[in-house]
Amino acid sequence: MPSLGKSLGVRAALLSLLIFAAIVALWQIAAQPVAGSGPAVDPEYAKLVGAAAATGAKSAMPTPADIGAAIWKHLADPFYVRGSNDKGIGVQLAYSLGRVLLGFGLAALVAVPLGFVIGMSPLVYRALDPFIQILKPVSPLAWMPLALYTIKDSAISSIFVIFICSVWPMLINTAFGVASVRREWLNVARTLEVGPLRTAFKVILPAAAPTIMTGMRISIGIAWLVIVAAEMLVGGTGIGYFVWNEWNNLSIANIVTAILLIGLVGLLLDQALARLAKLVTYPE
Amino acid sequence: MERPLISIEGLARRFGDSTQPAVFEDIWFGVERGEFVCLIGHSGCGKTTILNVLAGLDQPSGGAVIVDNREIDGPSLDRAVIFQGHALLPWLTVMGNIAFAVSSRWPSWNRARVQEHARRFIELVGLKGAEAKRPAQLSGGMKQRVGIARALSIQPKMLLMDEPFSALDALTRGMLQDEVLRICADTNQTVFMITHDVDEAILLADRIVLMTNGPGARIAEIVQNTMPRDERHRNDLHRHPQYYAIRNHLVEFLVNRSRAFDQEIAGTAYDPRRVKLVKPGLAAVNPPAEIVPLTTGRRQ
Repeated sequence: MPSLGKSLGVRAALLSLLIFAAIVALWQIAAQPVAGSGPAVDPEYAKLVGAAAATGAKSAMPTPADIGAAIWKHLADPFYVRGSNDKGIGVQLAYSLGRVLLGFGLAALVAVPLGFVIGMSPLVYRALDPFIQILKPVSPLAWMPLALYTIKDSAISSIFVIFICSVWPMLINTAFGVASVRREWLNVARTLEVGPLRTAFKVILPAAAPTIMTGMRISIGIAWLVIVAAEMLVGGTGIGYFVWNEWNNLSIANIVTAILLIGLVGLLLDQALARLAKLVTYPE
Repeated sequence: MERPLISIEGLARRFGDSTQPAVFEDIWFGVERGEFVCLIGHSGCGKTTILNVLAGLDQPSGGAVIVDNREIDGPSLDRAVIFQGHALLPWLTVMGNIAFAVSSRWPSWNRARVQEHARRFIELVGLKGAEAKRPAQLSGGMKQRVGIARALSIQPKMLLMDEPFSALDALTRGMLQDEVLRICADTNQTVFMITHDVDEAILLADRIVLMTNGPGARIAEIVQNTMPRDERHRNDLHRHPQYYAIRNHLVEFLVNRSRAFDQEIAGTAYDPRRVKLVKPGLAAVNPPAEIVPLTTGRRQ
């Protein structure tokens, strides 16, 4: 309330901090080692997870302090490369980001012009609709074996998977945006004897741009979701591979670090496209 | 035969197949060069469809429109349209909207020349200073001014207006009507306008075409506005001796005759190619000069 000198934003930030502190505190308590008790776990499992857990003295679950230390360690030197299996988290993120941007870019190159054609022509729309309807709900990872078999290159295969998952939202949104350009704007172009190409770039594209950008925003979000899973499957490099590798190392702290960074990068990608969308949005 | 600038000959339009009744059929009338003609009729009689056919945005089911002795077959820069809902491109500024039209008209012009030309028409409609504004920042009246400037900027042979002031409040409408009257007088523009506002028609039009109700709408008659242009002023229009005679004639048509016109012409020699030209205004100043049937079209 303004009378109290605190805006809604400030109060929301305070509440966020409070929730964060509560989570950290609960986590700290939950991850506390249980002192003095004997072997608390199944011996088979104990063998698997290591001596500390076997005695029950220390859980494999890191405390928030451990996580903080892990994050600090990663951020202090994010771009080191020590052999093919030991790269900095920044390097891994860069690999993933590169694949996402490449696959997304290729998808945009295909989806926007194709969506334009679909949106302009009811015939093409109807002809392609069954293909789109059937292929759209397929998990992009289902394409992975097919991609690996035909492309025979794991790096390109994961880019292909990103391509496939980002193509649909852009295609559908572009087609929808183009098809729903107001009749009167097209009539303005017609009465001014504007040619088809100029109409496409000067009237239809700006009119449909906000809808196309919404599709792009959805696409990049999905692509960033899918890249982690794709890299877990393909291996080698990337943040998805990093997570899987750290699972094999049972380094929960590293995994949590990766989760937070994946979220952060996803947020930045979304915000970047939101900025772009704002540039092309027009009030009516 | 000497044709007027716009000649509408036997125009018909039906939606769906040929078994459907026509919205209108056998429409004949013309608009002379420099003339301001209003078409008046109820909603659904096909007024807007006629204008769209004239603009080249719609195809007639029968008949033709001859402009400058050539049958039209699509939109043309010679026929500028002022749309009912202004139809400005919302992502462009006022300048951008008009420059888009100007550069469509003269593609070889450079940017500076286009802008200079556009600026002239922005000033003409009194929007100087608003060049950089987007349509969303303008009032309804200002938006319609931009629409008028856009149409005039391409210096068309004729202006087609589809109820351009119907979405505006009374005060703004009056101001814009005055400006349109002034601009048309200055540029000797040929105008075809659709309206359902009787006073607007009397103020602006030299001739008023009366259309009956659809389906099967037709031109009932054409009213000559016998009040000279320089005697038509919005503020004292109602004091003009002819005003009420013309107004009553139009209102009588809209209220009663427009729906019973088929009965009115039953048994008379109604020729859709040569509909009656009536001058109700003259009856008021000089009563015996011309007998104008007010309630029925049947002549004894």
